[in-house]
Amino acid sequence: MAKLSKSAKLYLVVVFAILYAPIFYLIFYSFNSGGTMSSFEGFTLEHYGAVFNDTRLLIILMNTIIIALLSSLISTAIGVLGAIGIVFLRNRKTRNAVLSLNTILIVSPDVIIGASFLILFTMIGVKLGFASVLISHIAFSIPIVVIMVLPKLQEMSGSLIDAATDLGASKRDILTRVIIPYIKPGIFAGFFLALTYSLDDFAVTFFVTGNGFSTLSIEIYSMARAGITLTINALSALIFVVTLGLVLGYYFFNQRAGQTPGTGGAKL
Amino acid sequence: MKDNPSRPLYLVPYYIWIALFVIAPIALIFYFSFLDLTGAFTLENYQNFFSSVYLRMTLSSFWYAFLITVITILIAYPTAYWLTKTKHKQLWLLLIIIPSWINLLLKAYAFIGIFGLYGPANKLLQTLGAGPWQILFTDFSFIFVSVYIFIPFMVLPIFNSLDKINPALIDASRDLGASSFTTFRRVIFPMAINGVKSGVQAVFIPALSLFVITRLIAGNKVITLGTAIEQQFLVTQNWGMGSTIAVFLILFMIIIMMLTGHKEKGGAYNGKTK
Repeated sequence: MAKLSKSAKLYLVVVFAILYAPIFYLIFYSFNSGGTMSSFEGFTLEHYGAVFNDTRLLIILMNTIIIALLSSLISTAIGVLGAIGIVFLRNRKTRNAVLSLNTILIVSPDVIIGASFLILFTMIGVKLGFASVLISHIAFSIPIVVIMVLPKLQEMSGSLIDAATDLGASKRDILTRVIIPYIKPGIFAGFFLALTYSLDDFAVTFFVTGNGFSTLSIEIYSMARAGITLTINALSALIFVVTLGLVLGYYFFNQRAGQTPGTGGAKL
Repeated sequence: MKDNPSRPLYLVPYYIWIALFVIAPIALIFYFSFLDLTGAFTLENYQNFFSSVYLRMTLSSFWYAFLITVITILIAYPTAYWLTKTKHKQLWLLLIIIPSWINLLLKAYAFIGIFGLYGPANKLLQTLGAGPWQILFTDFSFIFVSVYIFIPFMVLPIFNSLDKINPALIDASRDLGASSFTTFRRVIFPMAINGVKSGVQAVFIPALSLFVITRLIAGNKVITLGTAIEQQFLVTQNWGMGSTIAVFLILFMIIIMMLTGHKEKGGAYNGKTK
């Protein structure tokens, strides 16, 4: 491979700088004792204190985490079983139809998912709040789990199952002792991706949250609309660290699942 | 794998999900697009959509999405190209991708500070002898922030398709006397076009539909299709009109996906491409 020219290197450095500057700018001013994001007056941790002393914010944080964990657990369960079912579908046409239906929620813009779920919940009488947010998060995470698990299932040789059957394993044993262990890396990757999707979601939640129930994204949005508060900066720094941890965790499992890296974070 | 009577059971929750959360919502959007404010059947929403107000809004939304996509390609293509030539390219790629995992709201919020009247952007302008200017709530800031947010989503697919090109082909082209520009135009570019297409898909549709950036960064200066839908559903409470715009957004999405679609073996999936 040819070595990079100086200008090429400079270009890459500039792109990296632009990509990271806003993030570090936010974190930098989270330590500002002045109340603005324009002049740095002195070092302080008071904004972090404000985050941890704000009971309302802590409740919202708990809500966000509970929704994320519950929705990714449930969607992983449904998604894994669904993926196994899809692989066993013998009719090619049915399988392709199911796979196309699976991708619809992945490619749909969030406004459409949010708006249509809002109509759905209103029609069937689900009260807007915790339940509607949880159900929506489960709903948009399922196809992601399926997509993450399917390649693992497809690469699994059918003779493994035949061998297990010949050795007298029951259907249940085949599932829990052959299939699940084999596709485990895919399951974890799917779970992590569902988790980040849920933690990150703003638009869908914004539509179905109603009054009274709030997640972190919704809270940050209303705070940001009101103007600059350095509490958001402190929150962003914390979220940045958590996100970094999750991304590394996701890549760790993904590497083991043998899949290529993907972009993520913002469900745009 | 042949005879598996328990197989339908695996699919029961999954099929319920498809029926309730994939098929029913789309059907409801179509149904509501034919309802007026009182819930009676009407074609008025469609008539409204073809009135000059909405057509102008749709056109401007497309124009912005087009500008954003083109600028993103112009920045992301060289980035991806040179990234494939770095030593630890997977690591550098990961570093490009990490910002895409940071919550969109936080990135938009950062720009409220950066582009603010006393923010660093205006300070830079002042040291250069210009400004302070109102940067926030203009279409410039909208396009800038959108491009910033979409760069990783464009770099990734282009990188992947450039990375797949067999270097022997490039050597062959050089040996046959092609200049580096000809090699790029006749060999590299056509072979990596699918990456660009996936990138366009990952950028153009969100650029039409995102409402967070418009709300926080563009004020009321820019109204995209997504902003209009959000407005109709959550502010005006006119679900019928909102659904009608949503129907058209779905249509545009299908058209864009058909235009940029390509058959790829193995169904490459680029993670969170939305």
